[in-house]
Amino acid sequence: MNLAAQHHGFLSPTGVEIAFLLVGLVTLGAAVVTVTTKQLVHAALWLVVALGGLAVEYLLLSAEFIAWVQVLIYVGSVVVLLLFGLMLTRAPIGRSPDADSGNRWVALGVALAAAAALVWVVVDAFRTQWIDLDGPAQGSTDVTGAILFRHWVLPFEALSVLLLAALVGAIVLSRKSDRESGRTEQESGKSDRESGKTDRKSGDRTRANHGTQAPQQARKEGTR
Amino acid sequence: MNDALDVALRLLVVFVAFLALPLIIGQTEHKVMAHMQGRLGPMYAGGFHGWAQLVADGVKFAQKEDIVPADADRRVFQLAPAIALLPYLLVLVAIPVGPQEGAVGEVVDAGVFFVLAVMGVGVLGPLMAGWASANKFSLLGGLRTAAQLLAYELPMLLAAASVAMAAGTVSLPGIVNAFEWWWLPWQIVGALVFFVAGLAELQRPPFDMPVADSEIIFGAYTEYTGLRFALFLLAEYAGIVVLCGLTTVLFLGGWHGPWGADGLGWVWTLLKTAVLAFVVIWLRVSYPRLREDQLQKLSWTFLVPLALAQIALTGIVKVAIN
Repeated sequence: MNLAAQHHGFLSPTGVEIAFLLVGLVTLGAAVVTVTTKQLVHAALWLVVALGGLAVEYLLLSAEFIAWVQVLIYVGSVVVLLLFGLMLTRAPIGRSPDADSGNRWVALGVALAAAAALVWVVVDAFRTQWIDLDGPAQGSTDVTGAILFRHWVLPFEALSVLLLAALVGAIVLSRKSDRESGRTEQESGKSDRESGKTDRKSGDRTRANHGTQAPQQARKEGTR
Repeated sequence: MNDALDVALRLLVVFVAFLALPLIIGQTEHKVMAHMQGRLGPMYAGGFHGWAQLVADGVKFAQKEDIVPADADRRVFQLAPAIALLPYLLVLVAIPVGPQEGAVGEVVDAGVFFVLAVMGVGVLGPLMAGWASANKFSLLGGLRTAAQLLAYELPMLLAAASVAMAAGTVSLPGIVNAFEWWWLPWQIVGALVFFVAGLAELQRPPFDMPVADSEIIFGAYTEYTGLRFALFLLAEYAGIVVLCGLTTVLFLGGWHGPWGADGLGWVWTLLKTAVLAFVVIWLRVSYPRLREDQLQKLSWTFLVPLALAQIALTGIVKVAIN
């Protein structure tokens, strides 16, 4: 244990730490409601609360940039996409009795195991590191950008390739269903609609993946 | 104590602006539309130039009964107007009007991301309203809203990213500080993309497919009455203020002007915002509504490539300058 860690006791929490804990509880509660509620759209709306709570946690840790990106991508796009999907298929008002799964106990086990592994890794890795909340912001756009593109360029690019692979996969899937439906008279209208749909998805993914706009261009041409 | 007072005062000013500006835009819309289309109704109430029309509208909304449909999801239905309106208040806090220290509600480090992210939250309002109303037309309106938002958020973000690249910062005051007059021709494509995509996000004509009255009554807002309905309308006007203010700050140089930039910078900001707001109203009375497929096509095959080209141009010029 180094000196810095000794200065911070768990028994004398500051205001920020208390706020962090409370927001964390709200986030956890919202997440639990998300997976247990029987009302589909309510689950999506509780997801907004959980994701927004995470953004507040980032803010409290002075990671401002990450917080706004979290809101922009998850609340602004992913949840909107989710709601769009729900409304397109079925979104009954009130309870959906069939919104239950026999796998719930297995899912709980997997969730607990994943959570335990993540908490253990994070605690073990950052045990002795403390964020100085009073000093200059350590999560500003400037700092985040510099660290991301100087120290972590390789993982960043590897992630881009991963997303590219997902995009290509999406093209393959959509094209296959296109061929199966045959060249009927509705062909043009149908493929139009489908390309619009996949384009939206790809736009979402490209947004998550700043800086690599090329894949989208490529797949736009692919779907034409 | 002094700091707390300062912050409270600024927030109060932002709040007053939030209450006043949308109403001014609303009144302007009445009058401009009345003049452009020769409408007599808005020119009648109160005598001179129909000045009392807005007051009469307010009274009408306030005295209507607040109805929640029997099959609706009550809580979501009642919460939706607040979700639609409040984000614009938060965005207004971050928009700088003048060069001085105190001319912005609160300086946000990642300002561009903040405003776009919070505006993205506001669009959940119509979605919630459309779903919770238990009405086919409302649901169709909500669907169209969602489709439109997914299509137009990308070009908007890309256009904003272009300016951030040009300025080398994502802070809104920082971007205006770095502004030079020749940015105007340099970023003009980005500005157009941003403005058009913003119009689509606000569902203003010609992008008002989600509330197309001849097809789906009033889209997601069909079941709303009284003050809750008025709140949705207010959100639309607040959205116009925010969009025009953001376009001014990002692309038109905010408080920079040919003269008087020292003391009267905020006048320039307000003037540019007002001119843009006039354009928004003008478009409403002069353009026909786009069809749903035309909407999607415009975004994906026209605006997105344009925005990407603008980013490439920005990058090239930026490297050439350095």
